[in-house]
Amino acid sequence: MAVRLGFPWRPAPVPPGVEPPEPTRQLEAEYDTAWARRFPARLIRASLLETVMRFVMFVLASPKRKGTDRLNTVDGPAIFVANHHSHADTPLLLTSIPEPWRHRVVVGAAADYFFSTYLNSALAALLINAIPIERTKVGRKSANLAAELLDEGWSVLIFPEGGRSPDGWGQPFRGGAAYLAIRCNVPVVPVHIAGTDRILRKGRFLPSRSNTTVTFGDPLLASDGEHARGFASRLEAAVASLGHEAASDWWQARQHAHAGTSPGLTGPDIGAWRRIWALGDRGKKSRRRKVLWPEL
Amino acid sequence: MSNGRHLAPRPGFVLDVDRNSPPIVFHHGEGFRLEKLPAGRSRVIYPAEPLEGLTDPDGAIRHALLNPIGDSGPLPTLLRPDMKLTIAFDDISLPLPPMRRPDIRQRIIETVLDIAAEAGVDDVHLIAALALHRRMTEDELRHAVGDRVYDAFAPKGLLYNHDAEDPDGMVVLGETPHGETVQFNKRAAESDLVIYVNINLVAMDGGHKSTATGLTGYTSLRHNHNVHTMLNSTSFMDRENSALHSSNWRMGKVLRDAGVKIFQIETTVNNDTFGREGPLSMLQKREWEWSGRDRASFLAMQQGLKIMPTNLKRKAFSTWLAPYEMTSIQAGEVEAVHEITTANVYRQHLVPVEGQTDILTMGLPYICPYNVNSIMNPILVMCLGLGYFFNLYRGRPLVREGGVVIISHPTPWEFHPVHHPSYIDFFEEVLADTTDPGEIEKKYEKRFAEDEWYIHLYRNSYAYHGVHPFYMWYWGAHALSHVGRVIIVGGDTRAVRRLGFQPASTLADALEMASDVVGPQPTITHLKNPPLLMADVT
Repeated sequence: MAVRLGFPWRPAPVPPGVEPPEPTRQLEAEYDTAWARRFPARLIRASLLETVMRFVMFVLASPKRKGTDRLNTVDGPAIFVANHHSHADTPLLLTSIPEPWRHRVVVGAAADYFFSTYLNSALAALLINAIPIERTKVGRKSANLAAELLDEGWSVLIFPEGGRSPDGWGQPFRGGAAYLAIRCNVPVVPVHIAGTDRILRKGRFLPSRSNTTVTFGDPLLASDGEHARGFASRLEAAVASLGHEAASDWWQARQHAHAGTSPGLTGPDIGAWRRIWALGDRGKKSRRRKVLWPEL
Repeated sequence: MSNGRHLAPRPGFVLDVDRNSPPIVFHHGEGFRLEKLPAGRSRVIYPAEPLEGLTDPDGAIRHALLNPIGDSGPLPTLLRPDMKLTIAFDDISLPLPPMRRPDIRQRIIETVLDIAAEAGVDDVHLIAALALHRRMTEDELRHAVGDRVYDAFAPKGLLYNHDAEDPDGMVVLGETPHGETVQFNKRAAESDLVIYVNINLVAMDGGHKSTATGLTGYTSLRHNHNVHTMLNSTSFMDRENSALHSSNWRMGKVLRDAGVKIFQIETTVNNDTFGREGPLSMLQKREWEWSGRDRASFLAMQQGLKIMPTNLKRKAFSTWLAPYEMTSIQAGEVEAVHEITTANVYRQHLVPVEGQTDILTMGLPYICPYNVNSIMNPILVMCLGLGYFFNLYRGRPLVREGGVVIISHPTPWEFHPVHHPSYIDFFEEVLADTTDPGEIEKKYEKRFAEDEWYIHLYRNSYAYHGVHPFYMWYWGAHALSHVGRVIIVGGDTRAVRRLGFQPASTLADALEMASDVVGPQPTITHLKNPPLLMADVT
C-alpha cells in the first residue's frame, strides 16, 4: 500500500475559507535586469549587435547616419531621445550610436509590453539591454533605476513619445527623459529617425526593406530652473528640426527653426485622413498586388 | 612624461650636438633617415611642444563673432534679411596635413550660418578661395565644411570653387598707387558682406592675403607673385619685411575703398601634427625621450616603408589627419584681427636662434601645400625647401649668404598628371633651358599663364593653373640668390640635376661636397621641421 507523503513533502493545503495570496510575479517594472549588464551578457549582446543586428539593419534599413560629429562635445553618459515609428528603431539606433556610447546604452522599454512574460523580459534584457519603464502609471522605480545607471556611466535610450506612432506622425514628448536629464544633470542627444515606419510600422508583423536616415543633433542641457515639461518641449522641437534637416537640408532647417516655422513632429491638428494625406511620400506605400499578366 | 597634457608645453630650443647626441630623424618624403651630425659644430633647432587647444572651441567661435576686434560690429548686427552674403574659406592647402574632423572651417561656418539663419539671410554663397590652385573635390569640400553645409548648399550651386578664369565671374575694382590691378571675385565684390574663414598655419597666411590673393586671379597675382617681390620678401613669413604682404595690403585697401566689406575670421592651430599618442607620435618627440615603444614603432615603420611600393606609401601617408587643436580665434576688421593672429602663430612657432650657419640641413616631409592627395614632384620639393622652409625665419636667414642648403628628399621624377599638367611642361621644357627665376619669368611666364589648354584644365578638371609652377619656382628665388649651393640627399639624380642642384647619396657626402663652397669644418644647423617652427635669428 503506497504511503501518501504529506506536508512538508507536499504543500500544505489552503484552509477552507482562507483567501490564498496572489503569487508574486517579478515581471514588468519589478523585473530585475541587473544580470543583463554583467560581463557574459554584455559579451553576447555585443557580439550579436555587431554581427547579426548590424547585418539585418544593413539589409533592411540601409541606414544613412548623419551628425555623429555633434557628439564630440559629450564627455560621459548621455540620454538619447528619438522619435518612434517601429520596432526597427531600437536595433537601428543601437547600431548607429557611435562609440564610446554604443555598448554602454540601456534602452527604456515599455514595462507592460516588453516585460509581460519571463521569456520576453529575458530576451529584451539580453538582446537590447532593456530596462522596464512604466508608461501607464507613475512609478518611482523606473526613474530611480535609470538614474542609478546614469550615475554608473551607462547612457540611456528613451523614446519619449511613449510608444510607436499610430499613423506615421509623431506624438507629443512625455516628460520622463527631460526629468531624468534634469535630475542627473546629463546632456540629452536628440535623434531623428526617418524611414523605419516603412520597415515595420505599428500593426505589421513582417518587415519590408526601406532606406532610413538617422540624424543626431547637438546635445542639449536643461537650463537653470527649467521645468521638465518645458525641456521636453525643447527636445521635441529639436527632434522635429532634425526631421526637417533630414527631409530638406541643414540650412533650411536652421532658417525655419529660427523663424519658428519648423514643421512639427506631431503633424497638423486635423482629421485622421487629412493627417495621413499630409504625410505625402512618407505615408503608407501602395500595396497593390503585382500581376504578371494584365487582367482583361 | 615629457608630452603629458598636464604639463605646460615646453618651448622650442637649440641643441648643440656633441659626441653623445643621438642620430637625428630627418623627414625624407614618405620615409625617414637617421642622421648623425658632426659633433662640436652642429646644432638642431627643435620646435616647441604643442600649445593647449581651446577647451570650448564652439563657445570661443561664438564669442569671437559677437565680440569682434577693430572697427567692426558684432556679426548679428551686420546681417539683414535682404542682403547678399558670401562666405569664403581657405582651400585644401590649409592646414597641413589636413586636420581631423570636425575641421575648424566647418565649426565656424556652421556657427556663422546659424547666426545668418537667425537674421533671416536667404542669399548666401560659399566659395573655396583657391586663387589659382586646383579645384577642391567633393570629398575635400565635405571634409572642410562638413556634410551638413555641403548637402545644404552644393547641390543648389551655392557652394563652389572660386574660378579665377571665369570671364563673367571676375571684376576689376581698381589699381593700387603702385599700379597693381586689383581683380576680384564678382560675387564677393557684389556682396553686402564677405565673411572670410581662415586657418593660419604659418605666419604667412591670413590678413589681406586671404581675400586679395584667395579670391583673385592672374591679373592681380602677377603683381606680387613674381621674382622681384620674392627677392624683396625677407622673409615672406615676416609680414613687416615682406614685399608680398605689402602688395596684398595695398590691394586690401583698394578692396575696402571699392566698398567690399570684409568680416575676417582668423584662427590659429597648435603644432600637434603627429599626435601626442599614436603611430607617428615619436616624430614630435625629441629623440632621447623616445620610449621603448616609440623606438619599436619607428623601426617597424622603417622596415614596412622599405618594402612598400611608393604609391602605397603615398596613400598611407595621405590618410594621416593631424589632431590639430584651435589655439585662438579672432574676428572683425582684417588688420586688427591679423595682428593678434600673427602674435598667436609666433607664440607657437618662434624659436630664438643665435647667429647664422654655414650649412643649413632640412628633411622635407611627404606633404606641402600643393600636393595634398597628390605627388610631391621635384618643383614642389624646391618650393618646399627653398621657399617655405628657408623662409621660416625672422630677422636673418638661418644660413649665411653664400652658404649651402642640404635637403633630404627622394625627389622623384614623377608628376600627378591631373593636378600638375603645367608642371610637367615646366620641368621638361623650361627647366631644361634655364633655372634662373628672372629669365624664366621673362621668357616663359606669359605663355603658360595664357595657355588655353591649361586654363581649360584649371576650370574644368582639377589642375593647378598654368602659371602655378612658375610661382613655385619664384618662391625659392630669395634662397637661390642667397645661398652658394643646394644639395639634395637621396634624390633622383636626374631630377635633382634638372633642378640645377647637386645630388648626394648620403649626408656625409653632401657635407663633403659643401666644404668646397663653405670651407672645411663648417657650422651646421638642422631645421627639425615639422612640427612647424620658425627661427627668430639674431
